[in-house]
Amino acid sequence: MNRLLPLAIGAIAILASATLMLVILPGIQINQQKPSEQLQPYTAQEQAGRDQYVSLGCVYCHSQQPRSGSQTLADAAHGWGRASVGSDYHYDAPHQLGTMRTGPDLLNVGARLPSVEWHLTHLYQPRSIFDWSIMPAYPFLFEAKDQASPEDIVVKLPAEYRPDGKVVVAKQEALDLVAYLQSLKRTYPVEGELSSIRDQGFDTSKGERK
Amino acid sequence: MITIGLLLTLSFIGSLAALGILIWAIANRQFSVNQQDAESIFEKGEVGQPDDSTAFHAEKSQEQKGFDAVRSRIDDPGRNVVILMTIVAAVMLLLGSAFGLLASFKLHLPDLLSDTAAMTFGRVRTMHLNLVSYGWLSIAGIGVALWILPRMFHTPLRWPRVAYFGASVWTIGVAAGVIAIGSGWTEGLEWLEIPWEIGLLLAIGGACMAFSVINTARHREVHHIYVTGWYLLAALCWFPILFFIAKIPELHSGVQQATMNWWFAHNVLGLWLTPLGVGAAYYLIPKIIGRPVYSYSLSLLGFWGLALFYSQVGIHHLIGGPVPTWVVTLSVIHSVMMFIPVIAVAINQHGTVLRNLWAFKQSLALRFVSTGAVMYTLASFQGSLEALRSINSVTHFTHYTVGHAHLGAYGFTTMVMFGAFYYMLPLLTRREWPWPRLLATHYWLVVGGFAIYFFSVSIGGWLQGLGLMEVGHPFADITRTLQPYLEARSVGGTLMTLGHVIFAVHIVALLMGKGATARTRNETDATGRPATAEGI
Repeated sequence: MNRLLPLAIGAIAILASATLMLVILPGIQINQQKPSEQLQPYTAQEQAGRDQYVSLGCVYCHSQQPRSGSQTLADAAHGWGRASVGSDYHYDAPHQLGTMRTGPDLLNVGARLPSVEWHLTHLYQPRSIFDWSIMPAYPFLFEAKDQASPEDIVVKLPAEYRPDGKVVVAKQEALDLVAYLQSLKRTYPVEGELSSIRDQGFDTSKGERK
Repeated sequence: MITIGLLLTLSFIGSLAALGILIWAIANRQFSVNQQDAESIFEKGEVGQPDDSTAFHAEKSQEQKGFDAVRSRIDDPGRNVVILMTIVAAVMLLLGSAFGLLASFKLHLPDLLSDTAAMTFGRVRTMHLNLVSYGWLSIAGIGVALWILPRMFHTPLRWPRVAYFGASVWTIGVAAGVIAIGSGWTEGLEWLEIPWEIGLLLAIGGACMAFSVINTARHREVHHIYVTGWYLLAALCWFPILFFIAKIPELHSGVQQATMNWWFAHNVLGLWLTPLGVGAAYYLIPKIIGRPVYSYSLSLLGFWGLALFYSQVGIHHLIGGPVPTWVVTLSVIHSVMMFIPVIAVAINQHGTVLRNLWAFKQSLALRFVSTGAVMYTLASFQGSLEALRSINSVTHFTHYTVGHAHLGAYGFTTMVMFGAFYYMLPLLTRREWPWPRLLATHYWLVVGGFAIYFFSVSIGGWLQGLGLMEVGHPFADITRTLQPYLEARSVGGTLMTLGHVIFAVHIVALLMGKGATARTRNETDATGRPATAEGI
């Protein structure tokens, strides 16, 4: 270890092999798959809502990857949906798989909580629905007005959370974000080849794939 | 089938190439080191003499003061850039702590500062991460490297102005990136939030500093590259490659992007922050004690083991997730293999300290560095265990992981950097720390604060994980259970931040000339001596 070049070559070669194994090969395997025909690309509004989701950093408290029944039955019991597979994320960039569940998993929140009104109220002030919630409130996605105009969507709020003498209406950003949340529905079945891209390390045998 | 065939072919070719390189390297004695090489950071007659201006003043011999003076001349060209990076690092640490503390408070006071998007939890937490990883730790680590490497190589820093330019561009990049995240402009990937357009600044700045380091290494006046050099030089090769591949726009999407994301994110820890910390500790521990490391050949195993195994652990962040089973398993195996290089480093570093506990008691700089080194061992052991599927099922998606991340980035790297600054700055500025007792105050504040922090998130996170695994356990209950642990975390974080304020104030006071001029200087002795090995 007296010379620079062998050190640099060794170091770079090792990183190259790690890149091959962790980035290139999984990439080839994943990109070979076409998604289920029932998975639709995001509409313009849903994509705009997704951009809000990304920019506000929702991913730091909400995962989007329900676990399989062979790992834990709790995810399905919460109504978070079936174990997700690689092709469920075909249209996702940036990916928002997440690594934290300070809040619940959201990959199927559109199926679990379909109501626009509920989401608007919850986004404006989560504690108006759950007193125990520690989710941030997002008042800046809304507007307090003296009077709502006919095209406004008014947020339903308990009296204590209503600004004095005003009504709270949703800004476009809030409506987009809710549209995205509603689009989160990976409820279609995945079988055969499509179900192969997920960590099956918890399955006891091939026959018990979930 | 195509995939498996391709996989086998590529791994076969890869192994053949690696075998060829290994044979060539052994034949050319590239990998041989001996215990004498471990003494290459000492001058003749210096072994056995402890060296830390905060502790062993009276014991410095006339000869040693001469070495100090020669080394001080080596410092000269790089002094400005290292001082610049010290100031920037301290500012980034303070800002990063403030955002971290705010994020922590928001988790139990959710309506605190919730009126603006910039102050929402998702952004504050992310600004904290980027400030402390790319601001504080990276800038501190490179700054210390720019000071240690010339001393090790017995030659002054080359192209110091290029390095100065690089440090400035990097700083602007981090500041712009954090402002972008606050205003909602983000790439949306953990550890890669800084938009690529701004990321270019980090790439340019990093490259400039790397060129300066490599040029210094090429002019080295020593035969052997000491172990610290392997870590620091390799890290400076690795980071630009990682950052560049991860930032190529439009290339990554879907779960492929997730594997890339965690390949990058864990390599930023394993191949960037870790080598900066381990490298610095490998220099500082023996240098302060005045004894070479316990077994120099082991350090070879530690270095190549780290490179081989740490580079492939990233996908353990996606255990149980929608990615191919084989890549998860590969990362789990490599995570467990990390025991090998970690034990090798532990024997060397702790072995050296344990045989010289008197130095640990007297020198606060050593106490910081050595505490950091112990935390590296613990964080790595914990990480290997956390990567096991059974344990990961509980700890994944919880605050337990946050505790682990801080054990590595704070307990280990940050503590080593504190020690490095306490050792380095008096030598660099030729002044004493104005209030030596503050070093101990700082130490106990951050150690106490971090202990509260770590145990509260670890216990809280474990309970959270058990709750998340249990069918029928209401989510509300999990959130309520976590509450006191999150509050305790804020208490710990506050104490840590107080420690950082003391650290920053002390640096400002030192740089403003508050400290007494160092007594170790012996100018007349040094003048006329060239700053090279031969000169000594």
